[in-house]
Amino acid sequence: MFEELSARFEDAVKGLRGQAKISDTNVEDALKQVRRALLGADVSLEVVREFVDEVRQKAVGAEVVRGVTPDQKFVQVVHQQLVEVMGGDNAPMAEAKDSPTVVLMAGLQGAGKTTATAKLGLHLKDQGQRPLMVAADVYRPAAIDQLRTLGEQIGVDVFSLGDDVKPEEIAAAGLAKAREEGFDTLLVDTAGRLQIDTEMMEEMVRIRSAVEPDEVLLVVDSMIGQEAAELTRAFHDKVGITGSVLTKLDGDSRGGAALSIRKVSGQPIKFIGTGEKVEALQPFHPERMASRILGMGDVLTLVEKA
Amino acid sequence: EKTRQGFVKGLLENLGDDPLTPEVLDDLETLLLRADAGVEATDQVLDALRRRMNEEVVDPAEGLRFLKQQLCNLLEAPIQDTGTDLLAPERGRLNIWLFVGVNGVGKTTTLGKLANLAVRSGYSALIAAADTFRAAAVEQVKVWGARSGVPVIANSTANADPAAVVFDAIGAARSKSTDLVLVDTAGRLQTKHNLMEELQKVRRIIDRLAPEARVESLLILDASQGQNGLRQAMAFAQAAALTGVVITKLDGTSRGGVALAVASEARLPIRFIGAGEGIRDLRPFNSFEFVEALLANY
Ligand SMILES: Nc1nc2c(ncn2[C@@H]2O[C@H](COP(=O)(O)OP(=O)(O)OP(=O)(O)O)[C@@H](O)[C@H]2O)c(=O)[nH]1
Ligand SMILES: Nc1nc2c(ncn2[C@@H]2O[C@H](COP(=O)(O)OP(=O)(O)OP(=O)(O)O)[C@@H](O)[C@H]2O)c(=O)[nH]1
Ligand SMILES: [Mg+2]
Ligand SMILES: [Mg+2]
Repeated sequence: MFEELSARFEDAVKGLRGQAKISDTNVEDALKQVRRALLGADVSLEVVREFVDEVRQKAVGAEVVRGVTPDQKFVQVVHQQLVEVMGGDNAPMAEAKDSPTVVLMAGLQGAGKTTATAKLGLHLKDQGQRPLMVAADVYRPAAIDQLRTLGEQIGVDVFSLGDDVKPEEIAAAGLAKAREEGFDTLLVDTAGRLQIDTEMMEEMVRIRSAVEPDEVLLVVDSMIGQEAAELTRAFHDKVGITGSVLTKLDGDSRGGAALSIRKVSGQPIKFIGTGEKVEALQPFHPERMASRILGMGDVLTLVEKA
Repeated sequence: EKTRQGFVKGLLENLGDDPLTPEVLDDLETLLLRADAGVEATDQVLDALRRRMNEEVVDPAEGLRFLKQQLCNLLEAPIQDTGTDLLAPERGRLNIWLFVGVNGVGKTTTLGKLANLAVRSGYSALIAAADTFRAAAVEQVKVWGARSGVPVIANSTANADPAAVVFDAIGAARSKSTDLVLVDTAGRLQTKHNLMEELQKVRRIIDRLAPEARVESLLILDASQGQNGLRQAMAFAQAAALTGVVITKLDGTSRGGVALAVASEARLPIRFIGAGEGIRDLRPFNSFEFVEALLANY
């Protein structure tokens, strides 16, 4: 499927090869293939449309310098635009002036929030900090056990009040403990929720008010389809996100969600999850993601060979 | 039950007496793409519609009826192939249902719901906790078992061999003449070679140990997933000899359109849908309903 995708993309770009410059008419076929490639990578349709328009504007009439053919120029424009949209350089995690820094995890069911909480816990601990993880998912069976087990694995404390207490109260009590005992960071794990679940979204707002987080991270499964844009918009509108974590990138999804999340929220993707193990957390690199989304790795080499 | 305004109804109202116009086809394309049907499937379906329009003058109602029929046929074909419309354990013999899929899609939850349905339908059931990897996976499936009074066979040592758990469960089922064994497995991405081999081993153990059993191997597919769903279906079909699919999380706004590709390209029947986290939020799959929801407006 991917092979086919980049082959088709290559064909379309080839159409530009013999041309003197990129024009309104000769760019259309290439743009059509970009659209297909992005949709095949699960970039949300509205984001694809915007992106294609932006590429058209930048590509048509672009200065073609000597030694660079229009097809090479076109690939360059697409790649650069992807990187630009996804946020240039890597963004670090927020740090509060007075500790603890409070980080709230949010997202759909099964996205990887609890795992990402533990991964961040380990990451911070490795940097010499003292994080506290809060078990504020009172719904999913054994959610607290899961966080506790992970906490033991990585040697990071877990705060819980069982599952009979409201999540916002658990979060507030966790913050009080962190302040008293001098923890550097508070990582609040929450239950998965659908963005259309009004009650659960209101609960999320209450949790936010209870701890006033420095960072609200939207955790998104990189295999997600068209929903990515709406999901991001809803969480951003209602809760206000400051960044995101893209999980399960150790698979073979194209990860087009990265483009949608960034474009819709304007907030950076801060980390990627690359495995089930607690060590499998990496900073996000827009360049690599751009290549992954379009299969540009192949395309770039093909253009170089030409 | 959330009601969605019928797409066809809305479209027909806007159309008046006009035939299917390119604008309407564009709208349809947008709908299918946003439902995660994928570019290929969308092109195929719309090409068929265009051909139909070129063959004879069709009014919009007929054109849309044709489109829906196409989609329904696509989903129905693999179900017809099996000769069973509604999947249920066979009475009077051992049934083993295996739940497989990538991480976090809803395997354990679906298993919990089906355990409950089985008990309510008068079957004796047993759960094999063969996810020995994920933190608290055994505790989670035990909660689900307890909700329906279904016993859980587990091995408490961390990272125990899942095949050994299945071995124990089949033994226990035999001695108690259990009707249905539900096997929970760890989530795994289809690209993980060793984990797919581990799954293959579980499947082999089942076939070798219980040749008399009726085995259902179900891929759990998350409706919010995009085009990767097809790759999942292809890879798990190989490793676990899939016999069917369950689509979960249809209570969200995702339409699960990748199921079209899964049904047509992997030729897998869709058996159940999950629409919530509650124990009763499970329904048999109905292709007509699915297509209506797929094409419903936001
Ligand atoms: N392969 C892989 N698996 C992951 C990754 N991150 C999480 N997982 C797995 O995805 C599944 C779900 O992860 P959780 O952390 O429980 O997800 P969650 O968002 O907390 O789920 P809920 O609390 O039920 O909403 C588990 O099987 C994790 O091991 C990742 O980066 N790669
Ligand atoms: N909204 C909704 N949530 C669901 C549905 N099915 C499962 N979930 C939720 O999705 C999350 C993951 O479900 P699990 O059953 O743990 O998924 P799994 O495939 O067993 O996960 P791993 O074992 O970690 O791979 C949980 O929070 C479930 O409550 C559904 O139909 N609708
Ligand atoms: Mg969780
Ligand atoms: Mg599970």
